Amino acid sequence: MQRLILRSKNKIALVSGLLLAVGFLSEWMLDQAAIFEGALIIAALFGVAPIAIQAYQALKVIVVSIDLLVTIAVIGAFFIQNYEEAAIVTFLFLFGAYLEQRTLNKTRSAIKELTEMAPESALKRMENGEFAEVAVEEVDVGDVLLVKTGSKVPVDGRVIAGEGSINEASITGESFPVAKEKGSKVYAGTILDNGTLQIVADRVGEDTTFAKIIELVEEAQDAKSAAERFIDRFAKYYTPVVLVLAVLVWLFSRRLELAITILVLGCPGALVIGVPVSHVAGIGNGAKHGVLLKGSEVISDFSRVETIVFDKTGTLTAGRPAVAEKEYYGENIEEALALLASVERESDHPLAKAVLAALGPAKFATVEETEVVKGAGIVARVKGRRVAVGNRALMEREKVELDEKARADMERFEKNGNSLVLAAVDGELKLLLGVRDQIRPGVKEDLRRLKILGVKNLVMLSGDNQGTVDLVSRELGLTEAHGNMLPEDKAAYIKRLIEEEGQIVAFVGDGVNDSPSLAFANIGIAMGGGTDVAIETSDVVLMNSDFSRLPHALGLAKATARNMKENIVIAVGVVLVLLASLLFSDWMNMSIGMLVHEGSILAVILNGMRLLRYKLR
Amino acid sequence: MKKATLQLETLTCPSCAQKIEKAVKALAGVEQESVSVLFNASKVKLNFDEEKISIAQIAEAITALGYEVQKSQVK
Repeated sequence: MQRLILRSKNKIALVSGLLLAVGFLSEWMLDQAAIFEGALIIAALFGVAPIAIQAYQALKVIVVSIDLLVTIAVIGAFFIQNYEEAAIVTFLFLFGAYLEQRTLNKTRSAIKELTEMAPESALKRMENGEFAEVAVEEVDVGDVLLVKTGSKVPVDGRVIAGEGSINEASITGESFPVAKEKGSKVYAGTILDNGTLQIVADRVGEDTTFAKIIELVEEAQDAKSAAERFIDRFAKYYTPVVLVLAVLVWLFSRRLELAITILVLGCPGALVIGVPVSHVAGIGNGAKHGVLLKGSEVISDFSRVETIVFDKTGTLTAGRPAVAEKEYYGENIEEALALLASVERESDHPLAKAVLAALGPAKFATVEETEVVKGAGIVARVKGRRVAVGNRALMEREKVELDEKARADMERFEKNGNSLVLAAVDGELKLLLGVRDQIRPGVKEDLRRLKILGVKNLVMLSGDNQGTVDLVSRELGLTEAHGNMLPEDKAAYIKRLIEEEGQIVAFVGDGVNDSPSLAFANIGIAMGGGTDVAIETSDVVLMNSDFSRLPHALGLAKATARNMKENIVIAVGVVLVLLASLLFSDWMNMSIGMLVHEGSILAVILNGMRLLRYKLR
Repeated sequence: MKKATLQLETLTCPSCAQKIEKAVKALAGVEQESVSVLFNASKVKLNFDEEKISIAQIAEAITALGYEVQKSQVK
């Protein structure tokens, strides 16, 4: 019975609303006071039932809830035979609860959509070699699965056959499809746009990247800041205090009307819900845009950040060296380039890959003999010619003559922050390449936006030499840049900024060798390329290592922090106005009190909802 | 000790969360400090001793308060 009443709360609200309308209409139009009173009594009794049941259940576990305040207020109204107020208050309370539920669901929708993307079934290869549909829980590591067009990848795994393109928005926030072929990694929760894949499961269930993201987001939306914990504690004592206050007022003034009005006005609605609402909407927006903000403490710290420290390699730069400048020497360049490409193709060295990429398509010849000279380069025999690729030391070893122009070029390339790669054929210099780590596209604009958002200092720390660091720094317009730094130096630098200069510092890194810095900074921001350690140790994660999410993350943190403050102001303001009008004016009564109370709750929820649409301009 | 996660119907008032927390903490066999009610996610997480109480009994205690338990997971 109790459960039935609670479950039909919304219907009860509707019925009591209708009764209320019938009552008022019959009084105004038909002048039937009897019907009026009867309808209102029924409406109030009907409406108070679910509220009273909730109050009783709370009381059983020794919690004085808002429902209790309202129930007592309604009973009090019956005592002084004010059925009108009793009916209106119960209706508003129920209707308000209904609206709260609807709107609150909206603010949580962003995160809900994410969790609903979790895969539920999979096509698993059974013992007889056929694929059969099973629940995703029944998939174990090593199972072979079939993924068809339009369906979700059920687990993290590798493609073993087939090809197709996958929308990885659920993991990266980026909806541009990614091509997959044999050997490619695929992630649970992503959707196969076209093609058919056979994959083998590497990580299943709660170990998948997607499950981890969901767990983090869910924990983040309920991770409470000091301010929220304070409000919670406050709310715990606030309701009983209001109850005691009302009883005291009644005992001393003997005005039951006043006492029950205090009960209604004292409901701490907007205050307890205002902050969590902003919070969940802000985190939801982030989750949709590839930004993971871990809790409201993080949001409030991040919104006040003064200095952002960046790791260079893999953060501001792509972390993949590429050829930036080149010079040719002598004749038969075409032939020399083909020979060079043939040699470089055999090597796994990152510089070799960069060189090969710059040479473009070539006719590869068979390499007959290869000698790797440690710390210098490679010497090889191709088509009977002796090809040497490497640094200056290798050229000296090979007795390659470097003329004046070559020396000048080398000096210029080095000054521009390049590492040098030289190539000689039969002891004659043919090619000079300047290789350097490339700045990620768009980083300059992103940094400018961070400055506009109010970040005072942009600092870069790197293990590279100061020359390279200065160059990148100048190009990006950074405030400071320091080279030759080991991971512990970076951590010490951040510690000094925080402890000695009292700054609020964020550190952005890829988490590969800068975990100490991520931990020391007030806000650790990880370029989450899917590495678990970085995602776990940091406070903010930029999904898919996408640097361009950073300005959005900061803007969102600021907007969310502002939104929380607005909600606190609305909530406290309303309570103050209500109390003041109760004390100093005579228009305040229970019904108006309840109306304003419910109105303020909706106001803070609607205000929080604005965050779902937040976009950085 | 087992770890349980219960998915409830959408919670709308923070005082509901408070109510559920108190009720679950009062159950014998539930580790008090482990109980956390996630208001926004509408979930309850806790550790319990399966020799003293079953997950069904925990779910029943929450249902008795008037909140539907949609799904429970033990590991």
